[in-house]
Amino acid sequence: MAHRTLDRLHRQFGDAIVAAHSQHGNETAQVAGSELLAVARLVRDDPGLLYNMAMDATAVDFLNKRPASERFEVIWHLYSRVHKTRLRLKVVVPESCPECDSLTPLWAGFNWHEREAWDLYGVRFIGHPKLQRILMYEEFKGHPLRKDYPVDGRQPLIPMRRVRDVPTQRQPPPELLNRP
Amino acid sequence: MNEPAHDIPTRNMEVSLGPSHPAMHGTVRIKVELDGETIVKSNTEVGFLHRGFEKESESVHWAQVMPYTDRLNYVSPLINNFAYCQAVEKLLAVEIPVRAKYIRVIAAELSRICDHVTCCGAVAMEVGGFTPFLYMIEGREHLWDVIEELTGARVTVNYARPGGVAHDLPPGFMPRCAEALRRCFELIDDTDKLLTRNRIFIDRLQGVGKITAEQAMAYGITGPFLRSTGIDLDLRKDHPYDVYDRMEFDVPVGSTGDVYDRWLVRFEEMRQSRKIVEQALRQIEPGPVLLNNPAFALPPKDEVYTQIEGLMNHFKLIIEGAKVPAGEVYSYSEGANGELGFYLVSDGSGKPYKCRVRSPCFAIMAAMDDVLLPGAMLSDIVPIFGSVNMIGGECDR
Repeated sequence: MAHRTLDRLHRQFGDAIVAAHSQHGNETAQVAGSELLAVARLVRDDPGLLYNMAMDATAVDFLNKRPASERFEVIWHLYSRVHKTRLRLKVVVPESCPECDSLTPLWAGFNWHEREAWDLYGVRFIGHPKLQRILMYEEFKGHPLRKDYPVDGRQPLIPMRRVRDVPTQRQPPPELLNRP
Repeated sequence: MNEPAHDIPTRNMEVSLGPSHPAMHGTVRIKVELDGETIVKSNTEVGFLHRGFEKESESVHWAQVMPYTDRLNYVSPLINNFAYCQAVEKLLAVEIPVRAKYIRVIAAELSRICDHVTCCGAVAMEVGGFTPFLYMIEGREHLWDVIEELTGARVTVNYARPGGVAHDLPPGFMPRCAEALRRCFELIDDTDKLLTRNRIFIDRLQGVGKITAEQAMAYGITGPFLRSTGIDLDLRKDHPYDVYDRMEFDVPVGSTGDVYDRWLVRFEEMRQSRKIVEQALRQIEPGPVLLNNPAFALPPKDEVYTQIEGLMNHFKLIIEGAKVPAGEVYSYSEGANGELGFYLVSDGSGKPYKCRVRSPCFAIMAAMDDVLLPGAMLSDIVPIFGSVNMIGGECDR
């Protein structure tokens, strides 16, 4: 039961399943970007798999840990209500052209999660209905969860006040100070 | 007088609710296009409360993420604490002591009641029932007193640790917990009597904010919101963790998936949670509450002050952080609003390489524009949004 999904994917797609593991009980299939939609359609519609719930989508930045040609990993988490199993799909995308197919046309629930991955990691999803920033504001420059964005990076829409610009408390006039 | 209506030129009107609006608890903006009072199109904007939880978590030790998790869903912070710890424990491949599991179940269920009373109270208030809101908040206060006694804080609890919980139940906890539950449920029952079979209240909520089971599942909606559509998905039953497999409880489901069904489901869940707490308090047995493992758990204070090994161990854990084996994990548990997931990636160092939260209300908010709002009336936004129970801290992270 545990490896049924992965076996099935290996049988059907062969080399398009680049890597697979089930660490900590999470079945994971890394899929070649070109075959992503076919694999996704199969796991959604095949009566033996039926991954009908879109749980989560995100990305991971492996800057300086992996070559630039495989800098980002895009990750989708799926759940099958019928079989009570979970599946993680992965696609590796390069730094030079960070884009992959969107799974929003198959599961409406990935809409906001993919927008968030675009917003925070700058991964473009082809076929996404509305790829706009969601947590950050439109004027924001860069993608804050990339490892090369500094933790203390600030881009306030309104300039922050400096401490010396804040008026200090005014001294009361001297005649008020020594009142009985 | 009887002019045909189509002769009058009309156009749709845009109304913007929020980000700061008296009827919208939580900082969210909904721009709606109205035809008369009917919503044609809506655009929900979130992110006003984005604090960079993930970015901050990547720059601190595994154990130092705990206070940040308190601030995700700040109505039931204990559940976030436990969910995060569960994910770290899966990476560490450890099993926590049984007593710690019981304490986690008790604390999580108390938090779930807190969350549900807050949501139901808010729904009642927003449709005009202010007294039940005050009852519910008072009920929550009784439970928060118990949680304060247990953890030292009402909201920012920071109570769980990878490998168990920070400390044992305080003396005399059981009778005081039972008393707080009794007083809280007096208020919940009062509210139930005032509203649940109240004709005005039913008319206001029934048929509002409907969603079908298929739609809800495609959007990844979980928790009471999904159960109100008739799907009995509850991770405590389907994928039991801690000691939920030893508890007897029912999973209430609705049938129509409207705001009124969500109200009923939440009310029944509170009663089931009470049942679970009472069973856990009966079953719990003495024992350790934290694994004594120098790899990730702080040693007892008397060892730190009297032995060089304890001191070294404490020093290393504080300065370098616990080393979590490299790997990735998606851990899930049943939060008050639905599936609360943590996706962690470790590179073997003392800090999380990635710490992602899958927040339940983010998924529900995503369905607002497509399913919940179009076709509803302007005044329905408030009860629909209330029944989502969007918690800004969790949605925007």
